[in-house]
Amino acid sequence: MILGPMILNVIGLEKSFDDKAVLRGIDLEVYRGQIVALIGSSGSGKSTLLRAINLLEEISDGQIFLNDEDISDPRVDQDQIRRQIGLVFQAYNLFAHLSIEENITLALRHVKGLKSAEAKAKALALLDRIGLADKADSYPDKLSGGQQQRTAIMRAVALEPTLLLLDEVTSALDPELVGEVLELIRDLKAGGTSILMATHELSFARDVADWVVFLDGGVIIEEGPAKEFFSNPQQPRTIEFLQRLRRRAGDQ
Amino acid sequence: MPNTKSPSIEPSQIELDRRAFRHSRKQRSTLVALVSTIAFAVIAFLTLTNAPGWDRVQQSFFNYDTAVKALPHVLDGLLLNLRVLLFSAIGVLVFGLALALLRTLRSPIFTPIRLFVRGYVDLFRGLPLIIVLYLVGFGIPGLRLEFLGRIPAEVLGTVALILTYSAYVAEVFRAGIEAVHPSQRLAARSLGLTYTQTMRLVVLPQALRKVAPPLMNDFVSLQKDVGLISVLGAVDAVRGAQIEVAHFANFTPYVVAGLLFVLLAIPTVRLADYVTNRLAKREQAGALL
Repeated sequence: MILGPMILNVIGLEKSFDDKAVLRGIDLEVYRGQIVALIGSSGSGKSTLLRAINLLEEISDGQIFLNDEDISDPRVDQDQIRRQIGLVFQAYNLFAHLSIEENITLALRHVKGLKSAEAKAKALALLDRIGLADKADSYPDKLSGGQQQRTAIMRAVALEPTLLLLDEVTSALDPELVGEVLELIRDLKAGGTSILMATHELSFARDVADWVVFLDGGVIIEEGPAKEFFSNPQQPRTIEFLQRLRRRAGDQ
Repeated sequence: MPNTKSPSIEPSQIELDRRAFRHSRKQRSTLVALVSTIAFAVIAFLTLTNAPGWDRVQQSFFNYDTAVKALPHVLDGLLLNLRVLLFSAIGVLVFGLALALLRTLRSPIFTPIRLFVRGYVDLFRGLPLIIVLYLVGFGIPGLRLEFLGRIPAEVLGTVALILTYSAYVAEVFRAGIEAVHPSQRLAARSLGLTYTQTMRLVVLPQALRKVAPPLMNDFVSLQKDVGLISVLGAVDAVRGAQIEVAHFANFTPYVVAGLLFVLLAIPTVRLADYVTNRLAKREQAGALL
């Protein structure tokens, strides 16, 4: 497989909260148009890694490069960097006081500087893409979890980020709503968006991700191309984790 | 499936029985409420009118002629109260919000500002309003700052009210700002909004909604405390009443002024109830983060 230019390069990233080391030397690369899946049990550091990349957590050591720019340098304009990186949360985090259309137009207007008519047109086009154009004026609490999460993804996508970070975006959803969100991510990949996602959806990662990274206790235990990773895991801990998750999925 | 069935035109006999039972229960409780209210009113009225000094109290507190004569002067004074209320309410909102925002600043550079705000809030929440009124009302003119000229008592009173009430309101605003879930801030920052934009576009609009009911409550409280500016000699409703009391040697003008303040408060109180209920309904409609 021919790789595009490197979008994200994480080198030796460390993060501790007080004396507790959560990330202990992470090396990670994302190339343009790739989906990289981060898997690992809760508390393995997936969310912290994503937040650190979006500069929402101050890191303890290491470096993060976005398009060859060292964004872990405290002298960079952090707001400017965050504009280039979209982040979608497990709990959607839509703005409760704004309609779903306004949720999307807010950053378009105040970050991208679009006129309100342009922003509105763009938001409606994006909502149309996820079949929610008729709900543009609804407030988030009137929408199902799947609809909220798809809106949240579109809110991030609207800014045309260089890199999209997805933090367990399906974990808070009812099983029957997971599919619609995964479908949207598949679409985004087809459109060329570069994505780094923490997920528990193993079959989705196997089908759609280009590269899979298994994180445990703040270190990368194993990584590789998705098909190889799942069909032939090497490390005992990886094997144990995959078995555990599959057993649980089998129970349902 | 009972949930998907459209309501039948003829309710079942069981439902009709239930409705009849609920109806009779409701009628009975209305009746009980009515009877007990009337009984209480009669007892209170009889106790009052049979009190040994009732005639003299009625004469000096509830004298109709005095009330009518005193009313114009008291009403004139009330207009001054309304003006003071308007300016102090605006001042309190602006100053209180500014204090609350200053207190939320995190950077160590702002430590002295945060400490100042904390000291301010502690001081003015602790000081009785009447003492602040005296200190401002007699202290500032006492400085003899010639360029200020002679400041009218009502202006000094307004300043004192703003100083005291903004300390309370700052705490209300701060509570509202802190009640907005941190995930909302995180989402805003992740979209590239700056700290100020996040505050202005995401946190404050949600915070203001949350604090509307307690703010209305403070407004009701301010509405009656504007009567305290009379201690500085401003001729407001209370002072106007005082003059009339001296004139007629009768306390009725105080009752008149008191009633006017109550009348003034009722619409605000109702509005506060309405706003609170509406917010409660909205919150219950779904999970408001």
